[in-house]
Amino acid sequence: MDPIASTARIVLDSARDVLPIAVFLFLFQRFVIGQSMPGGRRIIVGFVFVVVGLACFLVGLEHALFPLGRLMAKKLTDPAFLGTLATQAAHPGWVQYYWIYLFAFAIGISTTLAEPALIAVSMKANQVSGGAIGIWGLRVAVAIGVGVGVSLGCFRIVTGFPLHFFIAAGYVMVMIQTIFAPKVIVPLAYDSGGVTTSTVTVPLVTALGLGLAETVPGRSPLLDGFGLVAFASLFPIITVLAYGQISVLWERFTYARQY
Amino acid sequence: MREALLTLGRDALSSVRDLAPIVLVIGVFQIFVIRQSAADLAPLVSGGLLVVAGLTLFIYGLRMALFPVGESLAFSLAEKGSVFWLVLFAFVLGFGTTIVEPALIVVAGEAAQVAAEAQAIELSAAAMDRYALGLRLTVAVAVGVALVLGVLRILLNWSLPAMIISGYLAVVLVTTIAPPEIIGIAYDSGGVTTSTVTVPLVTALGIGLASAIRDRNPMLDGFGLIALASLTPILFVLLFGMLV
Repeated sequence: MDPIASTARIVLDSARDVLPIAVFLFLFQRFVIGQSMPGGRRIIVGFVFVVVGLACFLVGLEHALFPLGRLMAKKLTDPAFLGTLATQAAHPGWVQYYWIYLFAFAIGISTTLAEPALIAVSMKANQVSGGAIGIWGLRVAVAIGVGVGVSLGCFRIVTGFPLHFFIAAGYVMVMIQTIFAPKVIVPLAYDSGGVTTSTVTVPLVTALGLGLAETVPGRSPLLDGFGLVAFASLFPIITVLAYGQISVLWERFTYARQY
Repeated sequence: MREALLTLGRDALSSVRDLAPIVLVIGVFQIFVIRQSAADLAPLVSGGLLVVAGLTLFIYGLRMALFPVGESLAFSLAEKGSVFWLVLFAFVLGFGTTIVEPALIVVAGEAAQVAAEAQAIELSAAAMDRYALGLRLTVAVAVGVALVLGVLRILLNWSLPAMIISGYLAVVLVTTIAPPEIIGIAYDSGGVTTSTVTVPLVTALGIGLASAIRDRNPMLDGFGLIALASLTPILFVLLFGMLV
């Protein structure tokens, strides 16, 4: 399809997507609350921005960022790149894909550390806990959680283990930790899973998983390619709970040494 | 006008901040690990610019139109206290915000493509569009239902941990009978929905409700809505996979 026609289609699709919520909000405002929209023109202009922005975002993602995510996965798993050892064996062992794990870890860590929502949450948590939860401590805990999560998710795609075993084991771990972790950290930990999966990160991580499942011998994108986002939302819960547990232990330790 | 430009600039900056680490990591890997020339980075830069511009306009428009109206509606409905309208509003809010969620649009399209290539569905543009739209509608209904449950929970004081644990038990049970090819997509859809559009509005709804009703903690109740909204999509998409 030529770029102009496909762009026009994406703009139309975006308009179709935005329309229902706009109409519903208008109807609610008009008939349930019984008021006309405050600043009607502003709102129309706003929705035009939303439609155009959504279209630009989708075009950029589809034509550049998404293919790139797949390309990275393909390049880093290419037998020629992996070296002679890999080309000799029909099925290279999972250890040989270490660049993928490193790449996944780097993507997870860096996108999380830059996440504005997380910075705000950390500052709030620091205030509420009276300084017991460090701003950087929490951010690093979440970032490590996402990095390890995406990395482990890649390991799962390479080895082909069933996704739900990992997820179920993860949630059992979370439940056990919830019992022992300090109460302040629990809601925060559960929240951190959702905070990290931003609109830019999700498509890239998905592309990475699909690209990986396409190139690793014996894997199918449909059966194995998805699941990285689930890992990225689960592991921060574990690391943040662990961070809470460690800081309590540390406090006890220093307290015991002082007296 | 000057204020509008300032806000736009701030939004642009935060979009850049979203994307910068990705560009940096990919760039470093391209140059030092894969050893590609810098010329191959051109699509990364042009696509990145388009993504930043799009995300900036999108969020700016949301702040201008959707967020103020949604928030004021959430507050006035909570004050009005009619359960029927609150529940309907919660559903519409969950459904509408999920349908425009950019990350979900991309992931659903990709899922359709993968399913078509694996011959789980017909390999045609129409069949793929139908599948992607079905997936998005399923997730949107799921988020709508989650918000309804969350609002009822706040009104009737149900226990959140009990709801979450029974929800995950249901997920585990349904996973055992769902077709294997839907499991990954289903588990991912929980994380996809909790981003740009949904979170601010849902938080507004939770806080509005919790502060209109006595003896409720706004922080805790707003949080419960998000937790439910990342659970129900998993369940609903698993069921969607069994039906398709």
